[in-house]
Amino acid sequence: MIAEIGLAALWLAAALSVLQMLCGALSVRARGAGGAVLTNLTRPAAVLQGALAAVAFAMLLWVFAITDLSVKLVAANSHAAKPMIFKLAGAWGNHEGSMLLWVTVLSGAGALIAAVERRLPERTMQATLAAQGFVALGFYAFLIFSSNPFERLPTPVAEGMGLNPLLQDIGLAFHPPTLYLGYVGLSVAFSFAVGALVTRQVTPEFARAMRPWVLGAWVFLTLGITAGSYWAYYELGWGGWWFWDPVENASLMPWLAATALLHSASVLASRDALRAWTIMLGVVAFSMSMVGTFLVRSGILTSVHAFAVDPERGSFILALLAIYIGGALALFAVRAGTVAEGERFAVTSREGALVFNNVMLSAILAIVLLGTLYPLLTEAFDVRVSVGPPYFNPVGAIFFVPMLLVMAVGPLLRWRRDSLARVGREMALVGAIVLAALILASILGEVPLLPLIGLALAGGLAVASLLPVRGRSLQRVPMATWGMVAAHFGVAVALFGMASESAFSKERLAAVAMGQSVAVGPWSIRLERVEPVAGPNWTALRATLLASYRGGEPIELAPAARDFWSPPQQTTESALATRWNGQLYTVIGEQADDGRWQLRLWWKPFVPLIWLGGGIIALGGVLALIGRVRTDLRRRSVLRRSATRRSDRAALTAEPAE
Amino acid sequence: MKAKHQRLTLIVIALVALVAAGLLAAWALRNQASYFYLPEQMRAAPPAVGQAVRLGGMVAPGSLKTMADGVTIAFTVTGKGDAAVPVRYSGIVPDLFKEGSGVVAEGSLQADGSFRADNLLAKHDENYVPRELEGMTQAQAAEVAEKTTVGLR
Repeated sequence: MIAEIGLAALWLAAALSVLQMLCGALSVRARGAGGAVLTNLTRPAAVLQGALAAVAFAMLLWVFAITDLSVKLVAANSHAAKPMIFKLAGAWGNHEGSMLLWVTVLSGAGALIAAVERRLPERTMQATLAAQGFVALGFYAFLIFSSNPFERLPTPVAEGMGLNPLLQDIGLAFHPPTLYLGYVGLSVAFSFAVGALVTRQVTPEFARAMRPWVLGAWVFLTLGITAGSYWAYYELGWGGWWFWDPVENASLMPWLAATALLHSASVLASRDALRAWTIMLGVVAFSMSMVGTFLVRSGILTSVHAFAVDPERGSFILALLAIYIGGALALFAVRAGTVAEGERFAVTSREGALVFNNVMLSAILAIVLLGTLYPLLTEAFDVRVSVGPPYFNPVGAIFFVPMLLVMAVGPLLRWRRDSLARVGREMALVGAIVLAALILASILGEVPLLPLIGLALAGGLAVASLLPVRGRSLQRVPMATWGMVAAHFGVAVALFGMASESAFSKERLAAVAMGQSVAVGPWSIRLERVEPVAGPNWTALRATLLASYRGGEPIELAPAARDFWSPPQQTTESALATRWNGQLYTVIGEQADDGRWQLRLWWKPFVPLIWLGGGIIALGGVLALIGRVRTDLRRRSVLRRSATRRSDRAALTAEPAE
Repeated sequence: MKAKHQRLTLIVIALVALVAAGLLAAWALRNQASYFYLPEQMRAAPPAVGQAVRLGGMVAPGSLKTMADGVTIAFTVTGKGDAAVPVRYSGIVPDLFKEGSGVVAEGSLQADGSFRADNLLAKHDENYVPRELEGMTQAQAAEVAEKTTVGLR
């Protein structure tokens, strides 16, 4: 019964998305008063649609919570003996469930703009909601016709197949929902862009209305990528934090586009320039989310994230991609010419720096996209290749390094026109820090070129990011400026972590007898014992290690190798010791024939800064968002007050006449 | 500068950067992509010594040995016919790695004709199989070998 309620909610939501699309589109055409009835229907349709999708998702959670084994999806992906949190998280640890989450976020975002967005001209708003409804419709169709999460089995099975143990981790409970909020939240930018193009309303006001939505999605995307990276780092037991896996790239590409969009939207909002470019990025950002979904969900690429290979689904998503991306780009091609020219600006100006940043981000996006698609391309010619760090790192750096340099100076420049001489002192300071860091790092040891540049730039950027608030009264600095400062500082922190990890990591692989010690970097690690332990749905061999930093008080670490029985699979559970200056990473392997145990140990100086930096970047986004929303609320209350005053005055003047 | 000129300049700059990125990517991909070899291909047309490639096939039964240091393993990867490549790997082996199962080794060919693996990819579980090994039995591996050509250069 519960599954049927969920399915019915899905169908109803799909029907409402049709209503939303038609009402929006017709009221855009109607212009006159005749469309008023339709216009009044669009927003409630969007809100109700969001609520119904949420009901469907809640029903899915419910069947997973009670492990209803007559539902095919539950039987295939869950197990009664799983802890509750993983039963719930398992609801989105599979293809159908994760697509339902995707659609729920999509219609939730649509409902939210319908409910709270009041700044756009009503016609643009109608076009925006129609576009959002149109996108939702395609994905409802995808769910209902090719990935129905509520499908029943003819006869219930006795026990479920269980969830991939790699996914039985607390990280899974948060990583996909966070990532999806960002990923699919970008659909709002897409619909806004389409709405603005249809009604030819590409104005600073439009950019100001769109900006908080992009910021919100971007914050979640940043957090999702950061959390995903940390999850891969400790759960896979490979000691790496980014593998240029197609799925990681699929989340990075929308992030690059959204970052560019944030910056160009702020140019449009403050200076009325870069109109067509901002619209283009709005389309590209969500297109990248859809391309990512296609890559991950079609089974065309193999990865831990690809749940099932089904060619029918692949072609379905490909068709949706062609319709939405192709349609939006065609609309752009037709309408871009009619978007009026924006304001002009000099090359040396804040606009100029932001344009540079945008172009570099787009170039990095192109490089990541090409690297991700290349294996698919060669496979068409029966050549199998894989593309990894030897391609992405140096080629990406060619564009990333100049971008960082401009990023250090850009926020110091004035809008419209400025001269480098005016910020000469600041530039000299940053240059000196970069140079000093370069020299210091090369004296410290043999550091490869890329990490060396990274270390130096991180130092310079950290200082440069704080300069925009120098000499200003700190209490009067706008919240949004604090957001920018924090986000740029976060980039420096993360960059330092990345460079330090690749420059100074120490690795040790050894077969160790009981009671014997091995050294890695400044650590000395002794194997105390190895014992069997049991969990709710696994057994494990757990080692106890005593790790001592430079001969200090030893810390106990317990890396383990777990054997899950449903489905039968082994996972490596790493054990980490975190200090302020880095992390010790330990993994236990197999027992050799002579009784010694394999230990794989890494000392990674400053590696936690990577994720700390990611967190600071997201915090910057939150600060900017708070600042923008507060300004908007203040504006609304001023408008409301002046409206009451006007009506009071009107009432006063009306009275004496009585 | 007129507004129209400014827009044109911006478009040109953006296009130039994107085309440069594309060309650079195309050039780097040809050089940096790591190609997939079957043992007989590696014997017939070996890649340059030290070039990063991947080798895929079956772990020959009876060939798996652990060296005296306890962490280095040596085994032979076989494909079609009697082509075989000796492989050495230092590290913790993947969970489902065993004799007679499929494996993809990432690494490079050494001057002595052996293959040094930096990483081993084995079948993780039913849902996650390295793409090259999907449903591959020895007979199918042989079939793939006939169809697959290696090297764009």
